Formats: sequence, structure tokens, C-alpha cells
Amino acid sequence: MKYIGEHLLPGQIGHFFIVLSLVASLVATIAFFIANKQIIIEQKNSWLRIARFSFLLETISVLSIFLVLYYIIANHLFEYKYAWQHSDTKLQFKYLLSCFWEGQEGSFLLWSFWHCVLGWIIIWKAKKTIHKEWEAGVMTVISFAQFCLATMVLGIYFWGVKVGSNPFALLRNEMDAPIFQKADYINFIKDGNGLNTLLQNYWMVIHPPILFLGFASVIIPFAYAFAGLMNKKHDWIKPALSWASFSAAALGLGVMLGAMWAYESLNFGGYWAWDPVENASLVPWLTLVAGLHTNLIYKHSGHSLKATYFFYIISFVLVLYSTYLTRSGILGDASVHAFTDLGMNWQLLLFILVFLLPSLFLFFKQYTSIPTIHKEENTWSREFWMFIGSLVLSLSGFVIIIITSLPALNKIINHFSFLKNTFKNTFAQPEDAVFTHNQIQIFVAIIIGVLTGLVQYLKYKDTPKAYLKKKVWMPIIVSFIIASLIVFVGKVHYDHKGYGFMIAIHVAIFSSVYAIIGNAGYIKIGLKGKWTLAGASITHIGFGLILLGILISSGKKTILSWNKTGIAVFEKTKQEDPAENTTLFKGIKTDMGKYMVTYVKDTFNNYDRKRYYEIDFEPKDGSKAFTIYPDIIKNNKGDGYSPNPASKQYFHKDIFVYITSFKNDDRDEDTTTFRNITAKVGDTIYYSNGFIVLNKAIINPPERQHKYNPKENAIFIDMEVVSKEGSRYAAYPGIAIENNESIRLLPDTVIAQNLVLNFNKVIDQKVGELEIGVKENKSLTSLLTLKVLEFPMINLLWLGVVIMVIGFIISFAHRMKQLKT
Amino acid sequence: MHIVMLVCIAITVAVLLAFMGKVTTYETIASAKEKQGKTVTVIAKLDTATLYYDPAKNPNYLTFEAIDTLGDRMKVAYYYEKPYDMEKSERVVLKGKMENGIFEIKKKDGILVKCPSKYKDDMEAAKKNLETTAN
Repeated sequence: MKYIGEHLLPGQIGHFFIVLSLVASLVATIAFFIANKQIIIEQKNSWLRIARFSFLLETISVLSIFLVLYYIIANHLFEYKYAWQHSDTKLQFKYLLSCFWEGQEGSFLLWSFWHCVLGWIIIWKAKKTIHKEWEAGVMTVISFAQFCLATMVLGIYFWGVKVGSNPFALLRNEMDAPIFQKADYINFIKDGNGLNTLLQNYWMVIHPPILFLGFASVIIPFAYAFAGLMNKKHDWIKPALSWASFSAAALGLGVMLGAMWAYESLNFGGYWAWDPVENASLVPWLTLVAGLHTNLIYKHSGHSLKATYFFYIISFVLVLYSTYLTRSGILGDASVHAFTDLGMNWQLLLFILVFLLPSLFLFFKQYTSIPTIHKEENTWSREFWMFIGSLVLSLSGFVIIIITSLPALNKIINHFSFLKNTFKNTFAQPEDAVFTHNQIQIFVAIIIGVLTGLVQYLKYKDTPKAYLKKKVWMPIIVSFIIASLIVFVGKVHYDHKGYGFMIAIHVAIFSSVYAIIGNAGYIKIGLKGKWTLAGASITHIGFGLILLGILISSGKKTILSWNKTGIAVFEKTKQEDPAENTTLFKGIKTDMGKYMVTYVKDTFNNYDRKRYYEIDFEPKDGSKAFTIYPDIIKNNKGDGYSPNPASKQYFHKDIFVYITSFKNDDRDEDTTTFRNITAKVGDTIYYSNGFIVLNKAIINPPERQHKYNPKENAIFIDMEVVSKEGSRYAAYPGIAIENNESIRLLPDTVIAQNLVLNFNKVIDQKVGELEIGVKENKSLTSLLTLKVLEFPMINLLWLGVVIMVIGFIISFAHRMKQLKT
Repeated sequence: MHIVMLVCIAITVAVLLAFMGKVTTYETIASAKEKQGKTVTVIAKLDTATLYYDPAKNPNYLTFEAIDTLGDRMKVAYYYEKPYDMEKSERVVLKGKMENGIFEIKKKDGILVKCPSKYKDDMEAAKKNLETTAN
């Protein structure tokens, strides 16, 4: 059939560039590889010219693919599946780029793009430094990775096997629908499927590019190590060191921006949930940082070169493995936000193997020829303790990745029948998945924190004991005092998991404070305040702040929306608490511990598809009232909803609010008024669904003291509401009088009966006549349930991230400068 | 140094073994019923008609019945808010324990809702959209 109205040219151009990038990266790989082998300088240079030209072609191709895809999305050419699936005409301009990383193809392109950028920096830097000879070897690896990434977006069948998924595929080729029997089908596709509303968030514009910069940059230390093994030369450690700092900064920032996104727009009530997708990107960072430290050890002492090789190799392999985990769909039952399976599992697996196998092969082949010092490290040396730190970091990563890999393990078990018979049941997450990680990693935090604070004071090779004794005590004492203040004055008493864990938290707080104080002291004492050299110390201070922020904000995280009205559904234990949500009825002030909270109103914004709720918080201690606007996003994919938290940010804490369920009544306005009834104590009054018995009047009851001020006199009426169904509810409307002049009504509600009860006034004191206001409120059916959490000192965490990244950048710049001689 | 390395690795192995002791297992409803009081993980489908959640009465109580692929059925109680879009789930992953004939889930992360369209692009749902536009 001949179709009318399609724009086929952009897709053809785009696919042409995909094929070109595939070929160019292959040529670049081969040319760089040969250049690396050449000894005669003229031949080497001529091969390098070919290689660089191919890499230029490759870069142009990747950029062109990006531009064409952007053109297709921006112009809403829905004949292309990618545009139709990931965008729509209503999409705000600022989120156009986010469409790229909603799909796997776009995020592969992003990765590829960063390889191009980093590749050119390497080529450019190589000319200026003493390490020229590494360009060819390193670029061989990067070009080959580019080739692999190009196959991911190829979308061509080879002998019946589909290789990659083409972002320029046409909708009509990808789907069977009756609509495609019309030649002018394009006129009927009015709009695309849209970008997932969860991704329509400013963090999602910035988090993926930085994270992928991190992923992409991990290849550089790997490439140096690989080239080192190929060439049997080991002086690559200097340029690799600066790149490892850069990579640790980018990957660390990328991961933490993801945590911020989760905190700001997901509903798991925090910034970190040990979700497999989070773990998979954290683990390469841990091994990379381990490698960075063994690299430093080798530079200064000649030890740990083998470990450096291993860590840099494994870090990149873990990046590939995390790609596999998040993109193969294998995490389906374990994670909430992995990509869907595109049917490319074998290809992703191959992606790991083509890097893992050759590098392991070379590593073991060269193992004996890698220079090693056979003498043991001195226990008083910096390198000894640095190595232990690296080891602990990498083993912690190993534990995390094994736990995260349970679904992959199941797949292996199911694949082999002999395993299937041994393990009758496949493994699922442990009962308390988050605590499982926490109770392991808290000890890692303790060890790493102490080492971070201490090791700077040790010297390479050996430390004079007198020097150590003189310098080391002060920071320890100061840290101990500060940590004790934090724990005891700040009341960090997290005993939900037993006293052992609480003590571990206390020790970890000391340890993280020590990391901060120790390094701050070292900048002053050891470095005499020279900032250019202080990169490592600043990074460590940031790391310490991150640890401290995590410990305090999680250890003192409190649930404010404690439900006091609900019936206890099961007995509260230390581990399990049944009542985290409080229900709010529109317009009714509700008691929520420290606050009186009112759900004032809600408004729907068509532009961003969000329903904003206005929630007033009135602190009982008389401090300033505030309003928080959490919202509900109406999902464009399917017709569901997702909550979007909001928070009131103070310097020292966040009040974090999200809506856990909602019910809107469209008969919106509250038109009913109070019906005032005169009655005496002992009387019964009626309402539409039952009756109310006035039991007695109580003056200044101590158990309701929170409802009135000490200066006021209060009278409450003890009432019992009995519904037609026979349910009984207690209600205590009251009145508070100050100095016989100002009178305040204290209404009470019986939510289940839509009743609001007021005690208006005493009509006649002698006969005991009272006026009771009864309102049967229809709009009580507009309700929401709210979860309110307090995260104290969470800003320490974000501040720590910023400082850590600054520290890494200072190190990177400083080391780059050193290479120039 | 070698001793320290060995000690660290030994600890790691011990930690992992301890972890493997704590993992739950995937069970069917029938086998979960046999393992009273033991925390297990069940993949099942929600029977929407039985879903009960009334935040006006109690925002921290949700009950429903779940059916697995073998056709068995169980009552489930959950003590937190109803997860968003639960009605539209294609399956739910439930982690809890059977007590007195009711599958009790007392941890917030005990329900994982797998929606066909929430985090993923469901081509089926989208296709329906297309078909309706075509008509």
C-alpha cells in the first residue's frame, strides 16, 4: 500500500547516520588498534590520522542522529514510533529532551554522545601532556564501546536475529492495528502517547545526562588499564588518576541527583530505598572509588597495581552489568522503575562479555608481569590503611550487588534443571529488605568514616609515631564531643531495630563526624590551608557530611501523620507500626501531633495535569503557620494517578508531605449550615442517621489540655453518637473562654457519620440549657489521606554531595595540571 | 595484609550466607497456606471486586482477595494506604505471612503493584487508543 502524508526523509537520514556511526566506530577501533601497535612514528601518526578522522565521522553521526530524533519529536511526527510513544503535542518545551531518555534507544544515544565528548578531550589532552602514547590504546577501547552502543540502536535483522532497536522505526511497521489499512492513517493519529508524567520533572531533565556522563566516564580508567595490559606498560596510572576523580564526581553526582528526584517526586517516602536500579549504579561508584585509592597507593608507594587494574576493570564491567539489570526487564518483580524488556537480553549480555572476557584474559595473562612489591606494607603506613579502606568499599559493593542480583540468580536457577531440583523455590526479597542493607552497610560506614578521618595523618611508607601521637588526638577528641552532642542533645535514639543497631548508629555518627573534623583539621595542619592540594580532604569532608546527613535524617526520621482517630488494627510493636496515614476532610481542622492540619482546597491545573492540594499547617507551639502544596499527577499513560510530594524546607529539617489517597466530591461547595438545637445534659438530639446523647459537661478536663491554652477556661460536652446501624462514637465539642471576653469554639467531628458538632454557648446557666450546633456535612466526602514525615538535617546530605563533587573537581584539575609538564 | 584480606573476605562470605538465610521464597497461595506464620512472597492477581479501603473509617487498613495462576484464592490484609492504581494492576507481588487464614502484610514495602502502564509503556493499552481513534 502507498501511504499518504508520511515524512519518511528524516527517518532515512537518521538511520543512514546510525549505520555510518556503526561503520565509522568500527574503522576507528581498528585504526586506533593498529596505531597502538605501530612503533615507527610516521606509520603510527598516519594510522592515528585515519582513526581520528573516523572518530570525527562517528561524532558527526551521533550528533546528527540526536538532531534528527529531536526534529522528529519536536515536530510531532507520530509516524515514528519513538515520537508517538514518548511524546505528545501538549508536551512542554523544556521536557522535549526528556523524551530521549524515556526510551532505551535515546539513553543509549546519550551514553554514546558522552563517549564522543570524552574521546575528544582525551585526543586533545594527549597532545599536550607527556602521556601521548596512551591515546591510541585508550581510544581503541572507547571506539569499540561506541561500536557496541551503535549496534544497540541499529534495528537490523541478521539471519533472523534482530540486532538493536531503531529509534527511527515507523509505527506502522512496529504494530498491527486496523488503522494502518488506511493509506492516510497519519491523519487519524491526532496525538502521541506522551511522556510519562513522572519524568516531567526538572530533576529528570538533569539527572539522566549527569548519570550517563558518569557511566560513560567510567570507561576511561578501564580503557587505560586495558591499554596498559595490551602494551605491557604501567605508567598510565597518572592520567587515569585524574580521570578516575572526574568519573567519581560525575557518577556520584548522577546517583545523588537520582536520589533527589526520588525524594522530590516519588512516593517511597525518602531519597533512598535500596531499589535495584539505585544499587546497580551505586556499586560501580564504590569499586571506582576503591580503584582511585589503590591507584594513589601505587603512585606513591609502588604497591597495589594489580588491585588498581582489577578495580578499574570491574567498575566498567559493573556499569555494563547495571545496564543489563535495568534494561533487560529481569528486575520486573523487584524494582519499581526499571526499563521494559526490548527483547535485547542476549545483546546486553554480550555487551558485558565482550569487555569482561578479553580484559580478564589479559589480566591473568599479564598477572605475573605486573610489577609488585613483595615486601608487606608497613602497618604504620598510609598505603596499608588505604588499601583496607578500598577493600572494605569494594566488598560492600560486592554484597550489595549480590543481593540486588537475586532475580538474575533465579533466572539462572530456572534455566538449569539440576539447579531447579536442588532449590525448590526461587528466592525473593527478604522480609525487611531495606533493613537488610542498612544493618550491613552501617558497619561499612563506621569503618570507612574512621579510615577517612585517620589515614590522612599517616604518611606513605611509614609514619613517625611521635608525629602521629601529636596530631591525631585532637580531631578524635573534638569529634567525640560533637558526636556526643548530636546523639544526646539531638536525641538520636533510633531503637526500632533493637539497641545493637542504635549503638551502631551512634558509633557511625562519631565516625562520620570524625571524617569531617579529621579532614578539616588536615587541611589546616597537614596542608597549611593550600586549597589546590586539598581536593582529597574536601572530598572526604563532603563524604563525611553525606554519611552524617543520612544517619541523622534517617535515624531521626519521624512520622508526623500519626493516626490518632483510627481504630488500632493490630498491636503496635517496635518494628511494626500500623498507623502512618491520617485522613483529612476538606475544611475540617484535624489534630496531627505537633500541628493542627487543614485541607483547605484543591485546584486542577490542566497545563501540567496536576491537582494541587492546599494543606495548612498550624504549629501548636505558636510558631508561624505554613501551607504545603503536594499534588497528584494525572498519568497520561493509562488513566492512573501518582502522588508528587511537597515539603516545607527549614534550615535544619524538612517537613515532607504526600497524599496517599484521595477522594473528590464534585458537589464541591460546602453549603450546609449548622442547625442549632437547645438541649440540656442528659437530653437526646436527633440527626438524619441516628441520635446523639449528651452525657455530661466537663470543665477544664486535663486529657483535652492540648485543645486549649492555659489561660483559657474550657467546657466540653461529653457526647455519644449512635448511628442507625448501631455504631457508637464519642464526641467532645467544647468552648474555650479567655478572661470572659474572647470565646473560641472547639468543634468535634464524627467523620464516619459526616457530622460536625459545635458547642455554641450556654443559654441559661441555672437550668443548664446549652446550644448545640449540628452540621451534617455533605462535603465531608471530599477527603484525602496524608503521610507527613520529618527529615531532620537532610540538608547536610545535599550539602555533602556538593562539597564532595567540588573536592573531586579540585583533585581532577590539580592532577590534570600536573600532567602538563 | 594477606591475613586482613582473608578476614575481610571471610566476613563478606559470612554476611552473604546470613543474608541467604533471610531471603523469603516465592510461593503459590496453596503452599503459602501450608507455611503458616512464615514470611513468604506470592505473585498473584488482585480480585478487584473484593478490594476494600475506606479512608474515612481507617486510612491504614486495606483488604482484598488475591488469586494466583493456579486459581487459588486468599484474603489479604495490609496496614497502610492503598497503593495508587492498584485496581489497574496486572499482578501484585505480596510479601507477608499467613495468619489464621489471612495473608497479613505488616510492612509498607510488602505490596509491589505491577501496572501495565504506569512506569512502562504498554503497547497494548496504547494500541487500543489507536484503534479507537481509527473508528
